[in-house]
Amino acid sequence: MPKVLSINNLHQTFEQGTVNENRVLRGIDLELETGDFVTIIGSNGAGKSTLLNSIAGTIPVQEGQIILNDTDISKLPVTKRAKKISRVFQDPKMGTAVRLTVEENLALAMKRGQHRGFRSGVKKHDRQFFKKQLAQLNLNLENRLETEIGLLSGGQRQAITLLMATLKRPDLILLDEHTAALDPKTSITVMELTQKLISEQNLTAFMVTHNMEDAIHYGNRLIMLHQGRVALNLAGKEKKNLTVTKLMELFQKQVGTELEDDAMLLR
Amino acid sequence: MAIGVYLTFRILDLADMTAEGSFPLGGAITTMCLIQGINPILATLSAFGGGLIAGFVTGFLNTKLKIPSLLAGIITMTGLYSITSRVMNNAANVSLLGKQTIFTIAQNWGLSRNNAVIIMGLFIALLAIGLLVVFFKTEIGLAMRATGDNSEMSAANGINTQAMKILGYMISNACIALSGGLLAQNNGFADLNSGVGTIVIGLAAIIIAEVLIRHLSIGARLLTLVLGAIIYRLILALVFQMNVEPSDAKLASALVLVVCLILPNFHLPHNLKGRK
Repeated sequence: MPKVLSINNLHQTFEQGTVNENRVLRGIDLELETGDFVTIIGSNGAGKSTLLNSIAGTIPVQEGQIILNDTDISKLPVTKRAKKISRVFQDPKMGTAVRLTVEENLALAMKRGQHRGFRSGVKKHDRQFFKKQLAQLNLNLENRLETEIGLLSGGQRQAITLLMATLKRPDLILLDEHTAALDPKTSITVMELTQKLISEQNLTAFMVTHNMEDAIHYGNRLIMLHQGRVALNLAGKEKKNLTVTKLMELFQKQVGTELEDDAMLLR
Repeated sequence: MAIGVYLTFRILDLADMTAEGSFPLGGAITTMCLIQGINPILATLSAFGGGLIAGFVTGFLNTKLKIPSLLAGIITMTGLYSITSRVMNNAANVSLLGKQTIFTIAQNWGLSRNNAVIIMGLFIALLAIGLLVVFFKTEIGLAMRATGDNSEMSAANGINTQAMKILGYMISNACIALSGGLLAQNNGFADLNSGVGTIVIGLAAIIIAEVLIRHLSIGARLLTLVLGAIIYRLILALVFQMNVEPSDAKLASALVLVVCLILPNFHLPHNLKGRK
């Protein structure tokens, strides 16, 4: 299997050289192959979001390398990386432009990373395609192409954001606790949709979550971060047969400390 | 002009003080061109060009040099004062007496002076709105609106948000300078100090338009801005009928704006918040 993403010895330190110095990532090494769906867990401050932000480019890489499909992207700005990487945020408000309509948002995503010119933003033949895509969400959105996104619910927006992230196949999709702000029922719907979109297109995905059940249930690999390092890296059978209790045991054996249950089991 | 202010204020979600500088700049450029005997249409377009440059400066200061938008606008506005003064050969006033203007062209078609101003003014406003509506439906236009709406998401979708902001500043100030050029032709002179209060008038037109008719598509919204500007003028005219001293004029218009701003809050508490 070809490698999609390699992270070599990634370090990130905030407020370097001050009393507030915070070494968030302390040497992360990871490799992802095509079709890998990796779930990432870890307590608050373990470095999950920092890792995702480093890959997306919203935080500049201080030390180490991030290589995507044989290209070193460590120094590229967000805009350039967007060509290959798509992203779904935790806050449903973040993933869409609220004053634009559903079809306008989808049209924006269609052009992710491409040159934008003076051609019509929402093209006629795209509309049919958008309708078909929206119909598979089963949220009755296919007839609301011209509705402002701001008028939709959080779950609907998050579903659209997911669709936007996969409309043009990304080399890598980053999901940053994208169901955390939704109610339990909607959260399940969105997770199922995530699974469906990822497996249909055989996408390579990173999913940060606070929900251990989700982390175990979805994806083919699981990574646990602890104090800026990879504490657990499970794949294949090991991942398949995982339970929450087993995961806790493994973690304790690895790190040798009692897992702070309250921090881990927030949800 | 209201359209120009609307672009930065609502589309880009920035308060752009450059307006106060680009407005007289437009007037000055048009006037000086006309005095040189340049074709009125070309002279008016030159004002547009001057506004583009002014907007670029503010946009550059704001995005590339990371100066907060309000400050960047004030800096450009301050600098433009000298530039406008230079354009006008250091005079505070330049008269257009007896020169051909865009309105005298219309008069030559047999229109009365008033009709010429109204028809020409409406024609140019509609033309500007038409072009903007088409522009905002293009790929770049969509990208610009998304940038103002949600800059982080736009970047994640590969939109160069800095370039979009600069372009927004440019178009916005070009519209404002254009209106400055038109007003100078209507008044028959360019005035170095005509920019004071520009942003207030623009904002007033926006808010009146939004209070009158809520939730509109962008094209319809731009049209109602013209209406808002006219209504604001009417309100001011009413106020001035009550024997307001000329020196109190700005104070009166500021007060009218305050009233316009707070009125919707009494009727519809979440009116302004909901729109953001």
